[in-house]
Order: sequence, then structure tokens, then C-alpha cells
Amino acid sequence: MMLILKHLLVVFGVLAAALSASAGLVWLERRLLGLWQDRYGPNRVGPFGLLQVAADGLKMFFKEDWVPPFADKPVFILAPVLALITALLAFAVIPFTAEIMVADLNIGLLFFLAIVSLGVYGVALGGWSSNNKYALIGAVRGVAQMLSYEVFMGLSLMGVVLLTGSFNLREIVLAQQNMWFCIPQFPGLLIFMIAGFAETHRMPFDLPEAESELVAGYHTEYSGMKFGLFFVGEYLGITMTSAMIVTLFFGGWLGPVLPPLVWFAGKTLVFICLFILVRATLPRPRYDQLMAFAWKVFLPLSLLNLVITGAVVVAGR
Amino acid sequence: MNQSTNIIETLRTRFGQALLMEQPSLDNIPTVWCVQEKAADLLRYLKEQVDGPYPMLYDLTAIDERRRTKRADQPPADFTVVYHLSSFARNGDIRIKVPLTGEYPAIASITSLWPAANWYEREIFDMFGIGFEGHPALYRILLPATWEGHPLRKEHPCRATEMGPFQLPVEKQQREEEALRFQPAAWGLESDGKDTDYMFLNLGPQHPGTHGIFRITLQLDGEEIMAAVPEIGFHHRGAEKMGERQTWHTYIPYTDRVDYLGGVMNNLAYVLGVEKLAGIVVPDRAKVIRIMLAELFRVSNHLIWLGTFVQDVGAMSPVFFTFNDREHIFDIITAVTGGRMHPSWFRIGGVAMDLPDGWDRLVRQFLAYLPPRLQEYECLVMANTIFKARTQGIGSYTIAQALDWGVTGPGLRACGLEWDLRKKRPYAGYDQFQFEIPTAQNGDCYDRAVVRLAEIRQSLLIIKQCLDNMPAGPFKADHPLTTPPPRERTLQHIETLIPHFLGTGWGPVIPAGEVCVPIEAAKGIYSYYLISAGDIRAYRIRIRAPSFPHLQMVPAISRGLLVPDLLAILGSIDYVMADADR
Repeated sequence: MMLILKHLLVVFGVLAAALSASAGLVWLERRLLGLWQDRYGPNRVGPFGLLQVAADGLKMFFKEDWVPPFADKPVFILAPVLALITALLAFAVIPFTAEIMVADLNIGLLFFLAIVSLGVYGVALGGWSSNNKYALIGAVRGVAQMLSYEVFMGLSLMGVVLLTGSFNLREIVLAQQNMWFCIPQFPGLLIFMIAGFAETHRMPFDLPEAESELVAGYHTEYSGMKFGLFFVGEYLGITMTSAMIVTLFFGGWLGPVLPPLVWFAGKTLVFICLFILVRATLPRPRYDQLMAFAWKVFLPLSLLNLVITGAVVVAGR
Repeated sequence: MNQSTNIIETLRTRFGQALLMEQPSLDNIPTVWCVQEKAADLLRYLKEQVDGPYPMLYDLTAIDERRRTKRADQPPADFTVVYHLSSFARNGDIRIKVPLTGEYPAIASITSLWPAANWYEREIFDMFGIGFEGHPALYRILLPATWEGHPLRKEHPCRATEMGPFQLPVEKQQREEEALRFQPAAWGLESDGKDTDYMFLNLGPQHPGTHGIFRITLQLDGEEIMAAVPEIGFHHRGAEKMGERQTWHTYIPYTDRVDYLGGVMNNLAYVLGVEKLAGIVVPDRAKVIRIMLAELFRVSNHLIWLGTFVQDVGAMSPVFFTFNDREHIFDIITAVTGGRMHPSWFRIGGVAMDLPDGWDRLVRQFLAYLPPRLQEYECLVMANTIFKARTQGIGSYTIAQALDWGVTGPGLRACGLEWDLRKKRPYAGYDQFQFEIPTAQNGDCYDRAVVRLAEIRQSLLIIKQCLDNMPAGPFKADHPLTTPPPRERTLQHIETLIPHFLGTGWGPVIPAGEVCVPIEAAKGIYSYYLISAGDIRAYRIRIRAPSFPHLQMVPAISRGLLVPDLLAILGSIDYVMADADR
């Protein structure tokens, strides 16, 4: 009984943490962008503008729940839900500390990759069901981009798996006690980060939305809370990707003095800020350039990384 | 001038009787009248055969002559079509005027000679009802298809109040909506290819990437642009027609709003023309004040352009940086003029007021502030690999193409033609300044950015020279037509008080004549072709705005590229719709 209760506590704790982190990100991103762009950002609602999140949330809730008459209604409603759920599901396997994790799966990493792949449905169905040309172009871009980048997203992580000898994320963290994998697997880290940007379609890889070209891309027709779900899904994606970078390459919860959970949260926050900094800095490549980059540069590079890591592991035996 | 007699002699020997007369001109642009039948031949000769050819159709417009007085020395005509050509080899322009008679006359189109003539002829058709035989698609360009009448004809009312109250009954609304129905075939777009169905994508008039109310309809194969049809006119306010009802003096604020990022640069083109008509010589201090403010606005224009261009390519931060920089410029502009974007600060014969105390401190601060920022933009934007990949080789054109389409300004210099009127035909006192003409080689989006950034630095040099050498003396000319005349004299001198009273209450009477003073504005060469019949207001004002030909060129340079490239091109050519639609 106690075990079940504890487990439920962890499940809801993770859910609450993930959602509130993504809500906090709305504020954090706008404040940081403001800082880097010589302006204030939200600073009126509550202390430091913190209640802006509540204001935005309320606004979205009370907007008309509008479905365009030309849209494919069931799919139109399903798409944002999928986007949110896939982003949330991946949190199930992330080890926040040695004890706190929802599911200690032996195939944790594969589960993560599978769930990330499902994320494409939110974009594809959202763009498709909107029956809008901008949304369609955005969805086509999104699908092509996410499918291409998940190929070597998986490959880039295989080096980590080779070094650990396990797909279990907790064991991957424990294997980093002597040295974080960001050192032996530096190419893998780089590729995973770039693929992470592409998978979460964040700047500079926000081609499915590409504001200056496609208005709002795949979610052009969305408003109110349905748009809000896409929005939260995007921030969950950032949090999740940052958490995965920390877990796989930066020793997860490991660290001296401070409690493990603080270490984990702190490291994740650093990468979240990196996501935002990149957004503030880089322009957006063109769609065909992005694809060429994926297949001609990153795929060979991640294969090479895999081969070399394999050779080193074999030689070390 | 020698050169002008030369070209006219050449034309006279070649075309003989077809040349009706030579019109004396105030602005050193040789002006000849030619009979309608020979006009196309004459233009072809000037473009292709003459020694020192005129490769650019700088402007093409018309005049409704039916109510014009004081033109006894000109051939009889109901309408005149005016072709304004530019030569770079000669460093000179020529104006060909063709008299037309009849209520709704027609003339041969010259679109086969200059592709740029296409929109200009449509505009004349729209505004005057003059037909162009052989034009590929002669329909309205600035006004809606359902508009009745042709506004620049003299019988068309000047004010909406003369047209009766506006009403929109249901059937009219339906008619208007029906007229807006998208018919791809009518615009020359195809819906099926050999193996593919094409998609039409309507970009604008409300779209984050089109900078204002500009519409471009694309025929897409995937994301590849097969054809594009721009539509303009949503921002048309009838600035030229307003010139026929405002006095010479009260028209100045309207000019500010033509290129709304160019500020006093618009005033400059206008007042230089009026001063030439009136024979006013502006004192040195006024000249330097004008140049300083104009160059500040050039810097401001280029900064805003840089920010928005980079935003179109996807980087979100520089736009905030450059808008902040512009605020520093506006601090100076506000201190000097009290205004920001539209100061309307130049006057016929000078500027409105003298510089305030402490202006030099503000300018000096700005001159110290901006160069490090520019350095940052070089690192953040120009050196960025993604930015280069997005802009290099995109939307490029050659010098020949640029001249064919009437491209001027930084867009022309980016393909390697060192052409800047401030240097080549110094006006308003630019001959007293030292600066260079930045150029680039490839004529693509990236090079247009290179040229503009370099121009900002040159403008800063000019502003520095203004700061160091600001002459003392009056800021307004001592001339009866200076409007309003110097205030201290009006308070003591009855002969100045009376012109003040007349000039501001009624309007200055500018002597009859025709004049056009092209200036190097921020976006390209810009001019007001002023026709005075010796009245308090212009008989006709023609605004030659650079955005108009630049936008016309977009389909030609975006064919075969992708949608994101089109946005990069639109960002790079630097237009504002108020300038294109006037």
C-alpha cells in the first residue's frame, strides 16, 4: 500500500513539476529574451512579472474555443492533445534522482526515442486538419524535419549506450560517476543537442512555424487553449530535451554537497537557458538546407562517432 | 549645356520633323517633344543605338494638359506622356514628351523595350485613362478594379466630400466582393503543369513578412516558386492628387509620409524642386542643416531596414537593437524639430528654425555611440554562417537587369555600379563633403546588406563633417518666396510682413515652369516632377518613388527559388508601401 502511495506521489509530483516548469518557462523565456534584446519583458503582473504566467493562462482559458468550419474537427481537436501527451510521456523515464523516477525501464532510452517519434503526429495532424495552406506547408516541413533528425538523434545516443552497456537511464547516469559522458561522447552531445533543437522545432529550427514566412505554420488556425496546448507542449519539449542532455551527458543528479534533485534541476535549467539564448541569437536556415545538413553532415558524423566509440570499447576489453 | 545640345542635335538630324520642339528646361534635363507615331522608335534609338545610350527608364508619367494655362510655348495637347530616361555614360538625363489629343487617347506601349514600363503604363492608365496599345496586361494598379473614373484627370474631384456621401448597399458590397475573386488565369497563373498540380499561395496583404500591405500571389510547385504576381495599391492615398489642391507650402507635410522611414529626405526632394522654380538660393547654414538631418534619416532608414531584413531571415533580436538605435537618432531629431518620423522640417528657402542650443552634444554622442553597435551587427549578423547561407546568391541580378527594371540606390550599387547622385550630380551642397560610394559585386541579398552597412558608416562621416563645420549665418534665404520669411524681419519690415501674410495665409505664387531634381534618397533615386502654372499650388506633382520599380522586379528575381527566399528578397530590397503606392 505504502509503495503504491509513494509511486502515485512520484507520478503526480513529476506531472506537476513538468507542467509548472513549462509554465515557468513562459515567463523565463520572455524575461531572458527581454534581457538579451535590450528591453524589459513582462514586469508588470506580480513581482518581477511572475504572475504573467497566470494572466496568460487565464486569457487562453477564456478565449473562444474556436474550430474553423473548414477544418477536420475530430483531428483538429486531437492534434494539440497528442502534442502535449507525447511531450509529457517522455518524462516517465527520466531519472530525477536515483530514487525519483516514474518508470525504471530497462529500455528507457528506447522508450524516450519512441515517444519523441510520436511527437511528429501533433504537428502533422494539426497542420493537416486545419485545411489551411500555410498550416499544410508548416506540417510538411515539420514532418520531414522531425523524421530526418530523429534518425541520427537515435544514432548519436548509441555511443552512450555502448559505453554503459545498458538502455536503462538510471544506469547510464550511474556509469558517469567517474567521468561525464560529455567528454568521451562530445560529438554525440553536439549532434544530440542539434537534433533536440530540431525535434522540439525551436529556433533556429522553427521552420514548421517560421513566423515571417508561414504566419504561424502548422498552428496558424489554432487559438485559445488548443493553441495553449501546443505552446505548453513546446516548453515541455525544451524541458525534456534539456533533462535528457543532463541525464545522458552531464551526469544526471550526480554532484557534490548539494542534494541530487537540486543538481539535476540546476543542470537542466542551464540547458534551458541555452535553448533560449540560441533562439535570441541565430537566424533560421532554409528548409532544404536543413535537410541537406541532416543527411549529408549529421548522419555520417553520428555513424562515425558510433564506429569509433565501438572500436574504443572493443579495444578496451 | 554642351551635352544637352549634343543629344538634341543628334536627335534632330536623325528624326527631323518627328521632333516637334525643344523645351527650355530649368533643371538641365534636355526636354524634347516628339510626335506620337515616332515616340517608340525614338526611345529605342536612345536606349540601344545612340552614342552614350540611356539604358534606364527612370520615370514614365503623364500630365492632363486640358486646364493648364501658361503653356503657349508648348505643342497643343490634351494629355502629355513624359518619358524620363537616365544615362550613366553621359551622366545626364533626357525627357521625351509626347502630345496626345482626345478625351481618352492611346499610345504604343514600350513594355517590350523596358520591362519596367509595365507598371508605369498601368499607373498612367489607372490615373488618366490613357490606353497603351500592345501592353500585356493593362488593368488598374493602384485603385480597385471597381473604381469609377481616373483620379488624376482634372475633372475628377479632389476631395471625397465632392463625391457625395459614401454608401455601401448590399448589392454593391456583393459586386465589390465578386470583383475581388481570385482568378489565377486572369493573372497569368497556371493551375496544372505537365506532371503536377500547382498550389496558389496568397501572401498578404496581411502577412508578417511583407512589411506593410503588399500582396503577392504565388504559384508553387512544392515550395518552389513557379510564378509570382504582386499586387499593390492598398496604401494609395492620392499624394499626387493632393499636391494639386494644397499650396506649395502646405504640401510639405504630405511629402514626409511618402517614404515614411525617410523623414526629411522627402522634404528635401520637394523643396529643392520648388526652390529651383522660384530661383531661391539657400544659405550655407540651411544647406548643412538639411544634409545633416537627411543623413541622420538615411542612417535611421538603413538601421530599420537591417533589423527587419534579418528578422525576415529568422533572427529575432537585431530588430530590437536597431529600433533602439533609431531612438537615439530620434532624440536628435526631436531636439531639433520636435517631431520624430515626420518632422516636416524643411521649408521653401531653408529650414523651419535654427538648430537648438546643445544640438552638437547630442550629435557627438550619437557619432560615438553607433560605430561599436555597427561592429556588433557585423559580428552578429553579417558574419553568421546561416545568414550567409540564406542570403548569398539569393535574389541576385546583374547591372543590365537592374537598369532594365529601373533599380536605383543601394540595390544598384550592390551589383557593382558606382552610382550615387550625391557624388555624380551633387545637389543641395553635397559637393562640399568627403565620402565614398560603397559598392559590392554580386547584387544578391547579402551584398545589398553589405552596401547599406557601409553607407551607414559613410553617412556618419558626413554627419561628422556637418558637426565640425556647421557654418554660421541665416537658416532661411532672403527671398520674397521664402515661406514663411525670416521672422525677425517680418516683425520690423512691412515688405516682408506682406509676403509672410500672403505666403502662409494664401500661398506663395511660384513662377510657371517645370522642374525635377532627383536626389539620392535612402531607398534609391527619388524626385518630384513639379509643374507650375504660376499659381499658389502645383498644376501637377509627380512623385517618382524608388520602391515602385523595386517591387515590380520581385517576380523576375524570385522565380525558381523557394518561399523563404522570397521573404529574404522582399526583406532585402528595402521598400515601404507608402512609397510604392503614394
